[in-house]
Amino acid sequence: MIELSNIVKSFGKQTILHNVSLSVKKGEVVVIIGPSGAGKSTLLRCINKLEDIDSGEIVIDGERLTRDKKQIRKLRAEVGMVFQQFNLFPHLTARDNIALGPTYTLKQGKANIDKIVDDILFKVGLLEKKMSYPGQLSGGQQQRIAIARALAMQPKAMLFDEPTSALDPELVGEVLNVMRDLAKDGMTMVCVTHEMKFAREVADRVIVMVDGRILEEGTPETIFTNPREERTQSFLRSILQKN
Amino acid sequence: MDFHIVWVYRHLILQGFLVTVEISAMTIVTSTIVGLIAGLLKTSKHKWLISPIIAYVEIFRGSPVLIQLFMVYFGLPYLGVSISMFNAVLLVFTLYSGAYIAEIVRAGIESISNGQREAAMTIGLTYSQMMRKIILPQALRVILPPLFGWYISLLKDTSIASVIGYTEMVFQGQNVINMTDRPFEVYLTVAALYFIISYPLSKFVDWMERRRAYA
Ligand SMILES: Nc1ncnc2c1ncn2[C@@H]1O[C@H](COP(=O)(O)OP(=O)(O)OP(=O)(O)O)[C@@H](O)[C@H]1O
Ligand SMILES: [Mg+2]
Repeated sequence: MIELSNIVKSFGKQTILHNVSLSVKKGEVVVIIGPSGAGKSTLLRCINKLEDIDSGEIVIDGERLTRDKKQIRKLRAEVGMVFQQFNLFPHLTARDNIALGPTYTLKQGKANIDKIVDDILFKVGLLEKKMSYPGQLSGGQQQRIAIARALAMQPKAMLFDEPTSALDPELVGEVLNVMRDLAKDGMTMVCVTHEMKFAREVADRVIVMVDGRILEEGTPETIFTNPREERTQSFLRSILQKN
Repeated sequence: MDFHIVWVYRHLILQGFLVTVEISAMTIVTSTIVGLIAGLLKTSKHKWLISPIIAYVEIFRGSPVLIQLFMVYFGLPYLGVSISMFNAVLLVFTLYSGAYIAEIVRAGIESISNGQREAAMTIGLTYSQMMRKIILPQALRVILPPLFGWYISLLKDTSIASVIGYTEMVFQGQNVINMTDRPFEVYLTVAALYFIISYPLSKFVDWMERRRAYA
């Protein structure tokens, strides 16, 4: 579904991603972990072209990405993205946040959109917040609406960039539950997260990124209980200490 | 003080008042269009468009509008371009005010966080959809108070056109003074007439700012 080969990305003179290759199969859930500054966000942002890559190749669902604006827009419609800071549109209701993409990008009719919105709000458990503005919602509710906004595009894959790290601890669970349901439904997912319990339950594969490279990868079991690399071990220790 | 004399010449002053209101209203409309376009272009990614816009904005903000008016009205005819007084005033105030409005618009657009742009892109919106549905509606709340504040300045600045003989309110006031030799009463009246328009506008700005502070 997502094929990255030899991605190189720099900001100015600083190379952030060194020849990163990664392949995510349809329906697979991949969790990326790694220390701050490792390039995890940059990698996700490259996948849906929020950043241009210097070299390498990105293939989404069999289609090789170019710089063509139309193609990029189409790709973005197919790959949902959820940000750490939610980035909901504060001047629009939950309903309109969700309806925007289907209206303008998918060009759906109104009746169809109402149904899409209701179905998705039901899925994330926020049907009663349909007419609320983001400012009237808790962080956890906002993030669930942000997930709903991405899902309304009926994406083939979802990218999550630390979706719970801006949340108060008591609100993390409700967002992870929505993500868990998504994984169960067979959604292809790439998640940057340090929620180890979630990774253990849901991930098919855990990838450890350090200094712009994939250090090692494996099943959650292997990575968490029997990591090969010393840097993985020390990183996992630091996470455990924090929790 | 003798305001009776002002009353005698009220028609002249009223005529000037109407011209002031007219030229202000017209330049508010035209320069808002110019400023909106220039401000939008300045925040766009088209590098080749940005430099000429920057040059335009800096030139018109960096020189006195009086000189701009002299150059267009007295200077252009020397280059073989004849221009009526009305057109000169309209053109100069449109460009002058447009330059300020461009900066107000640019600052408003840039105050919206990049996360909003990126979220709009991830749901596949085009640049113009993103601007119309996401960025401008939010930027407008930032733009409107300084924009209306600028309109008040513009209203008062149009008095400069009296220097080239444009028959707005100050010019007509001077006419009345020439005939009556009562500068204090006449200027006070003229000032009061500016105040009648600018005061409600400035209260409106206060109201908008208060509303923004709570929202
Ligand atoms: N727009 C940018 N311009 C310049 N440097 C950037 C930019 N975005 C990221 N970087 C740099 O790239 C490196 C990797 O950043 P990135 O955000 O991808 O790391 P991360 O693994 O997501 O870290 P974190 O866990 O803190 O989110 C950092 O050194 C960062 O300073
Ligand atoms: Mg990050």
